[in-house]
Amino acid sequence: MYGRKVKLRVLFLIVLFSSIILTIFLILKSLEENVVYFLSPTEVKNLNELTQDKIRIGGMVKKNSINISSEKINFVITDFKNEINVVYSGLIPNLFQENKGVVAEGFLEDKNYFKAEKILAKHDENYMPPKIKEKLGEK
Amino acid sequence: MIFNYIGNYSLIISVIISLIIFFLSISNLQKINIQKKINLNKLNFFQFFFVLVSFFSLVVLFVLSEFSNITVFNNSHTTKSLFYKISGTWGNHEGSLLLWLLILTLSLFLYFLSSKNRPIKERLLTLIFQEVIIIGFLVFLLKTSNPFNQIFPIPKEGLGLNPILQDPILAIHPPVLYFGYVSTSIIFSSSLASLVQGNVNNLWAKYIKKWIFVSWIFLTIGILLGSIWAYYELGWGGFWFWDPVENISLMPWLSLTALLHCILVLEKRSLLSSWTIVLSISTFTLSVCGTFLVRSGILNSVHTFANDPERGLFILTFLFILVFLSLVIYFLYEKNLKTNNDKFNLLTKESSILINNWFVMYFLSVILIGTIYPIFLEVLSDQKISVGPPFFNKLLIPFLIPFLIFMSIGPNLNWIKNKNFGNKIQLAIFFILNLMLSFFIIKMFGKITLTFTILLAASFYLFFITFKDLIKKNYKNTSQAISHFGFSLLILSILMNSILSKEIIANLKVGEEINFMENTIKFKKVESSSGSNFKSLIGFFEINSKDNKKFLFKPEIRIYNQPKVITSEADIKTNFFKDKFLVINLVKGDNYFNVRYQEKPLMIWIWLSTILIAIGGSVSFLKRYEK
Repeated sequence: MYGRKVKLRVLFLIVLFSSIILTIFLILKSLEENVVYFLSPTEVKNLNELTQDKIRIGGMVKKNSINISSEKINFVITDFKNEINVVYSGLIPNLFQENKGVVAEGFLEDKNYFKAEKILAKHDENYMPPKIKEKLGEK
Repeated sequence: MIFNYIGNYSLIISVIISLIIFFLSISNLQKINIQKKINLNKLNFFQFFFVLVSFFSLVVLFVLSEFSNITVFNNSHTTKSLFYKISGTWGNHEGSLLLWLLILTLSLFLYFLSSKNRPIKERLLTLIFQEVIIIGFLVFLLKTSNPFNQIFPIPKEGLGLNPILQDPILAIHPPVLYFGYVSTSIIFSSSLASLVQGNVNNLWAKYIKKWIFVSWIFLTIGILLGSIWAYYELGWGGFWFWDPVENISLMPWLSLTALLHCILVLEKRSLLSSWTIVLSISTFTLSVCGTFLVRSGILNSVHTFANDPERGLFILTFLFILVFLSLVIYFLYEKNLKTNNDKFNLLTKESSILINNWFVMYFLSVILIGTIYPIFLEVLSDQKISVGPPFFNKLLIPFLIPFLIFMSIGPNLNWIKNKNFGNKIQLAIFFILNLMLSFFIIKMFGKITLTFTILLAASFYLFFITFKDLIKKNYKNTSQAISHFGFSLLILSILMNSILSKEIIANLKVGEEINFMENTIKFKKVESSSGSNFKSLIGFFEINSKDNKKFLFKPEIRIYNQPKVITSEADIKTNFFKDKFLVINLVKGDNYFNVRYQEKPLMIWIWLSTILIAIGGSVSFLKRYEK
């Protein structure tokens, strides 16, 4: 038979490893539930089924599309191939302007209509969502 | 311009000096009796001196607005005030790396002065490891981001500094934070050196503790400054957004906090020696890792000055070499660690420190995964995702509860063995009392959730126990009492703040008013004004509270000339109970202004308690210095 010390050590290792595995499992599981995917208007058009999850849509604010009233603001996000209408009420960052990059977070009502909960402020006036940048680069 | 050459050549001279130091230390290491250490002292000073000269040349170039220098051209402008011309020196990629190097050489110089009592071989080895890091960064600076590159023809005007960086707090935030980051390199080098020499014992712990405290204090204050800035400048009214760049500064801090506690165990009990080494390595690695992620342009934020794959690749390679080498050293010399075979008793100070170390490691891994998982996913599958606050809240908050409880009990346990742990029942009753207290508080504000109630109870528990320690006259460890009390205060204020904050957002025209919680917010008028490099619109808001008190808020929108950027300056009224925060934004140049009004209870206590945490560290440092 093994001594008490060895047994204790084996027990300790088992507890340690199972808790590490449990931890990683826990982290990955909640990652799965809590990530927010980033899509372009074209990718939204190409979705097979409407997603119920919170998503982010990135693109450019279409020229002359901003329409503002006291409660809400409407505008159009475009990636120069497809467009999506956005309705939003809340804090509007300073860098939100027509013909500039924007990222909106919220839920899809249908493929043409997006209800935003948050508009993300980017710190840099030259910021453009990477996918849009790639597309402009191709042109 | 002559300063371009001075700066450039003094950098090259410091590379040469570093190489000399490197080889001198290696040759000295092989001799048995060493007489040349005075030499090394001078060389260290000259190395620091030349980097300093180079740094000052860059400052002078910025002050004189010398646009023949590309760095100055890209980041400065003649209309900027003198203060921001100077602080603009480190408000860009090249300059901030030069600052990083300056602090790196300074801390090596300080190390050599302060470590006279340590074995000479350990000092030489530390010097060697440190020089590897210094040379690596010097080459990086000269090769990929030389601050002294010139441009021809000389432009008449510069491109200007990002206006949100033109702020007094942001002028001191980088140097303070960098000092915290960079001095972890000394901990890293010294722990590897003492590992090789087989010196990982209580005497070494006593010495390196000073460095751990210094970098921990600076890192704490540095993060605090960044957080305060984000609060009033970004106009979101929060202090922590779980933004990747914030997480990256928090990770070395967590690792360093764990190290800070386990070095105490090493000092008092000669236990946990290999864990200490692992933590030292990981702290520095996380610091460099932060630099890599931020500087490479992978994370898009205000800290990302330039998108240059070459730079990212260089730091990544350098990081891999560092980690690889330190792991090789660790496994080769691990047998040098003297293991103390004393048993760990469950109810002792050391085991409660160890348990909390594990919790900190758990927090660290959650933040690490949450931060780098999106990067990996994007590289592997081209999918873009983001991981937001819900993820961190869900995984961190439940584990904060046992963490707080251990933190309350741990410091009052003894080392080695506890004979009289008879007041168990007393502690339990006290906890139940706190549970009831927090239940009533939460019920009062109508948001009852189980986790919140228990969490609040746990933080009240910590609060009262640390407060008791703090006022106890003969309590042994003042610095620990202050820091832990500060921490409990921090958690309490964050909790109260997040439960009780209220806000309203609306689009208003001049003359309109809205009601908010029995207050009327009236938008009276807009006035325009101007500064040296911006024009501004000042909104006048009058808030009538229910008891007929009037508050006037004057938030501002600034339109900077170069680069053409609009920023909002919030108007914040602070007192000890709550902050009132009003910020306006311009929408499309229409008549509508986007107005946000917030009431944030106990906001100032978040800052004060963090300062208290840092003060606790300083007390410990000063006390040790006196002895």
